[in-house]
This record gives sequence, structure tokens and C-alpha cells, in this order.
Amino acid sequence: MYVSTSSAFKSNAARELKNADLQTALGKARGHFIDGRQTAVDRLPEFDALRDRGRDIKNHVIEHLDFYLETFEENVRKAGGHVHWARTAAEAQAIVLDICRSVGATSVNKGKSMISEECGINDALEANGIRAVETDLGEYIIQLRGEKPSHIIAPAVHVTRAQVETSFREAHTHLDPARNLDEPPTMLDEARGVLRKKYFEAEVGITGANFLVAETGTSIIVTNEGNGDLSQLLPKVHIALASIEKVVPTLEDTATLLRLLARSATGQEFSSYTTLSTGPRRAGDPDGPEQYHVVLLDNGRSAMLGTEFQDMLRCIRCGACMNHCPVYQSVGGHAYGWVYPGPMGAVLTPSLLGIAEGGQLPNASTFCGRCEEVCPVRIPLPKMMRHWRNHEHEAHLSPGGYRVGLGLWAFFARRPALYRLAAGLQARLMARLARQRGRFSSLPLAKGWTRYRDLPAPEGRTFQSLWAERRRGGGA
Amino acid sequence: MTQSKRVGLFVTCLVDLFRPTVGFASVKLLEDAGCTVEVPAAQTCCGQPAYNSGDLKDTKAIARQVIAAFEDYDYVVAPSGSCAGMIKHHYPELFADEPDWAQRAHHLAARTHELVSFLTDILGVAAVASAHAGTVTYHDSCSGLRELDVHDQPRKLLASVDGLHLREQEDAHVCCGFGGTFCIKYPDISNKMVEAKTANIVATGAETLLAGDMGCLMNMAGKLQRDGAGIRVRHVAEVLAGMADGPAIGEAAHKNGEAVGE
Repeated sequence: MYVSTSSAFKSNAARELKNADLQTALGKARGHFIDGRQTAVDRLPEFDALRDRGRDIKNHVIEHLDFYLETFEENVRKAGGHVHWARTAAEAQAIVLDICRSVGATSVNKGKSMISEECGINDALEANGIRAVETDLGEYIIQLRGEKPSHIIAPAVHVTRAQVETSFREAHTHLDPARNLDEPPTMLDEARGVLRKKYFEAEVGITGANFLVAETGTSIIVTNEGNGDLSQLLPKVHIALASIEKVVPTLEDTATLLRLLARSATGQEFSSYTTLSTGPRRAGDPDGPEQYHVVLLDNGRSAMLGTEFQDMLRCIRCGACMNHCPVYQSVGGHAYGWVYPGPMGAVLTPSLLGIAEGGQLPNASTFCGRCEEVCPVRIPLPKMMRHWRNHEHEAHLSPGGYRVGLGLWAFFARRPALYRLAAGLQARLMARLARQRGRFSSLPLAKGWTRYRDLPAPEGRTFQSLWAERRRGGGA
Repeated sequence: MTQSKRVGLFVTCLVDLFRPTVGFASVKLLEDAGCTVEVPAAQTCCGQPAYNSGDLKDTKAIARQVIAAFEDYDYVVAPSGSCAGMIKHHYPELFADEPDWAQRAHHLAARTHELVSFLTDILGVAAVASAHAGTVTYHDSCSGLRELDVHDQPRKLLASVDGLHLREQEDAHVCCGFGGTFCIKYPDISNKMVEAKTANIVATGAETLLAGDMGCLMNMAGKLQRDGAGIRVRHVAEVLAGMADGPAIGEAAHKNGEAVGE
């Protein structure tokens, strides 16, 4: 199971801010994602209208989730596949293990899946003597490094090129030590070379699913490396892991969401590979698995229905919110401490793990609004982070000292006459203390501020007192 | 203009306490554009510190105070996108379950504007009569930009300032890391963000940084001064009103002089 360190966000973040490799890697990736998306969006004048449609499609599904899930299940069965319902991550693990054992699997190939991360599938497989091989390049890199993904679509975005080279040379000891690993294409070739053999050894292939199409019982993955296709087509058994909100009514709806997804995620008009899987191999098919299973995971999502967090279930996992988030771009994904980082993670983590564990994350936002501005399905992320802060305040979970300070401030802010008096005194006092320089380089009550920057001093009198003077004829 | 528009100035707590010059610059700009400006005494703050901390009870108490104090004006104008955005977008949401107050909140929201966009979009001001020799760069504060679409308006008016040259900074629209209580709760991350911001500001070679929100300005000024960058920081209203002669934000009063207003 993925053990969360979200409650330690603050110390995680402090660590990552000092992580030079991470900062280098983030700096390199940032412009690539942001510029790529903008270029793709600029080329599609109807993009905002498409966002509205995407939002409406997902809202409709969420309002009728039971119907579409049951329709999906029925159509998977009709196509000869199996649907398994998992209430929790532990149930999903057990289902996957049972399927693997039923075919005597010793090796499993994995396509990229955040649900697999959420459920800790790799650890569960390894603990039962089954080798799990990640086939997405980014996932493969972090598997070699013994790490977790730091981004939902670019799992190794925190790793520098030099670190990848080191990991490859350590792991691929059978290859020529003098080989060239200077460029991404040579690294990709090496990973492909090593992985190619493993595709033929696995008895089971596990992928995620970007969408589940109710009308056809189809699961869909989008990739750029083609690894997902090989992972699911070559083994005898294909297991698709998906959370329940991934269901979409029709193929036409899916097309709308696919157009939004690729542009928002990588700035592509369409991903290199869009793979539709409907049931196992049929007579006459050139390839395909003998068994096709879909594991539908709830793990706390159905409890979000009917709450102020329901809109979060629209998320199509493009990662645009984190690519544009200045907080994520400062600390990287691992600081968030669980599967989902960035703004979407700041809403989802407390929803799935509880506010005691995830409550820090929705606080770590300036509400700058860029995430909502780029969200392809218009999720009001800042508003939902604010909802979590409301819950935190109501439950008296915010830090004691902070609450006292806030309470004191509110006491004055609710009493204008008293406030004017206090502000006037404060302005004069601070201006007097700082007279020589016009600012403070340290101030006992503002240490968080003055540790890194000076605090400008007040000019000396409050506007209200000067205005009153002017009105009395004393001023300008 | 047949009848002068009555504007209630929402001073904002930071302008009131730290930089009254911005308040007077706002008054001058509004009066020059033909408005009658009043400043209700019963105002303190828009309530964002409480609102962003999840304290809805205090937020609503403060919001009711603001709604009542500004009920009678044709317009309510704030020299801040953040505070204007709070009143315009968040007050109506706050009272969604209280029809009477919701109505009053909507009524206020419809008449509330950020200063510079009010001048251009509502009053039709196309130029100001002021001069400021030198190169400036402009930071787009998040709330003004994303909640109120304040982007072109300050640039349009700055272009009319005699002698002023605007040099755009990279990522002008990216958050400076202030975020109200964020910079106190997460000082390390806030610092990282303001470092990135000030690096872009310094790279422009501009002598002066301008923006429309005191919180962001104090954050960026404090960082630039800690680093000894030698860049002056001012609220955009000071330059537009021709009131940028005094000490910049965080600068000492002129020699032999007293702090402004004393």
C-alpha cells in the first residue's frame, strides 16, 4: 500500500527545495509543458467550448454513475470479459493476485497506471513472488531507482538526465560500459532493448484506463511509447485497473475528452497511441489476450458524491494543473506525500485519506488560480481547496498559534472604530522603529516573512487618519 | 458628464496601514476623472485573511460590515484586484444560503471595481496627465488578472504617462508567492516563488516595478531590497496619479524629511 507522508508536507517541501537535482529537472520540464499546451490550445479556437462540453459530459456521468457503471459491466461481459468491483485498495490487490495465481503467473508487465500506484499493486505482486516490470519509460526509470512517480503523466519528471544514465549503467550491467547514453533517444533505445525481451516472458499484462466506454464495454489507454499496447496484447491475460469515475457514456463523448486530454497534458493534438480494448481475443483476431479483466476501484470516491467535492470526480488526469502550479513547480510531486500531487492532489488527497492526513495540501496554495484557468474540465480547484480549509477550521485542526492570531485580528477587523485606533498606533510605532531605513530586516512577530525578505515599514499615518484630517480642512 | 459619480473608496487594510499615498493617488485619479470620492469610516478589511483560513463566521461578519458601509454609492472602487475580487466574486458566494444578504451582496458586487480597470472600462479614461521618466516593469497580480481580467488596462494607461517606458518581464502573470497568509504559513515555498519572480524583474533592467496590489508589492519589494537589487517598487496608481516623488515602498523618507504625512 502507498504509505502517505502528506501530513509532513512542510518538512517534505523544505527537503525538496534543497534538492538540487530536483530543481534542475523541474526547471527543464516547466517550459516544455506550459508552452506546448498553449501552442496546442491556440491552434484550436473552439478549445474553451470543448472544455464546456467536457465538463458537461463528466457532470452527466457523475450524476448517473451507477447506471453507466452497470451498463459498462454488462457490455464487458457481452464481449467476453470480466468486471471486478473493488471497494478498497486491499480488495483490488486481492483481485489482481487471484487472477495472476489462476494462470500461475511469475511475471507481470505493467503499463503506466496511477490506480496501480494508489493500490500498491507492485508491492503486492513482489510480496507474492511475482515480478512486476514497468514498461513506460518514466515508470521504468523510477522502478530502477526505487522511487514513486512525482507527476501523474510524467512520473520521472524529477529525475535529471545524468541520474537516468547512472541508473541505467548500474542496472544494465550486461551492456557495453562504453555505450553512448548522452541523449534521450539513446536512453529510450536502451530501455526498449532491455524491455523487449520481457514482453514475451510475462503471463499477465496490467494497464490503467484513461476512459471506460459504457456503450461498448471498452477500456482505453493513451500512450506515446507504444509500451501499453505490448503490455496488454502479448500476455495471456490483460487486467485494466480503473477508478469508477473513468466511465464515459459513448465513444463520441470519449473523442471529446481525448481532444482535451492530449492538448492539456502534453500539447499534442492526439497521443501517439490511443488503444481501445473490448473483451479478449476473438476467433480470427491476429493477436490479443485470452482473458480480459477490468477492476473497478472505489477507494473513497463514491463518498465524494453529493458533497462539495463531487466536481473533483470530473478530473481526467491530464496534469495541466500541476504543470502550471507555482507551488508544485517549486517543490515537485514527492513533497505532496501521496499518489496525487499538485492542485488536483491537494483536493483529492484529503478526500480519499481524510483531512488529518491530507489537510496540509489545500493550505499550500496562494489561490493564484492558474490551475482552474487551465483545467480542461473546469474544476474549480481553488474553491475546493478553500472548502477543505473551512472543514479544517470547523474541526479546529488548524495550528493553535495561527488560530489565536487570526482571532485577535478578526476581533479588531469587526470593530471599525477600535480598528482605526489600533491601526493608527501600529502605523506610527512601526514607522518610528524603522525610521532610519524604511523597512525591517527582522521583526520578532514576522519571522516567517523577514527570514527571507525585508518588511516595508508603514509611511507613518494611516490613510483613514489623514483623510479625516483632510476632510476637516487640515490636509491637502 | 451631467452628474458626478459618487464613488466609495475601499481603501484596503494594507494601503490604510502601510501606504496611504496609494489611497490619495486613487482619490486623485478618480477625482480627475470626474468622480466624487467618499471614504466610509466603517471599513477595515475585505475579510480575506479569515476567508482564506476557513473562518467563515468572521468573514461573514466583516463582509456584512462592508456591504452596509458601501450600500449607498454608485460605485465601490479598490486599489487592489484581490480585495475587489473578494467583494465581487466571493461575497455573493458567502451568502448563498441567506437570501436577504445574498441580494445585498450581489448588489454590491455589481458596482464594485478594481481601480485601474474602473478608470478605463467604466469611466472611459484613455490617458492620464502625468510624467514619469524611466523604465518600469509591471507584475500582473493573480486575483486582478484571473478574477477581474485586469491586464490591458494598466498597460494602456501607463503608455500615456510621459517619459515612461514599459519593459515586460518574463512570466509577468505568474504568482509572486505572497498569497496572503500563505507567505506566513509556508515561508520556504513563498521564498522560492518570489525568488523566481524577482529574477525575472531584475532581468528586465527596469528601474521601477509596478503592480496593482499592496500585498504582492510588499513581498516583491522586501525581496528586492533584501537582495540589494536597487529597484524601486510602487503601486501603479502612484505613477498614474503623478505621485511617485516620495520614497518608494520600503524606502526611507528623504533626508531631512519626515515620513509622508507627518
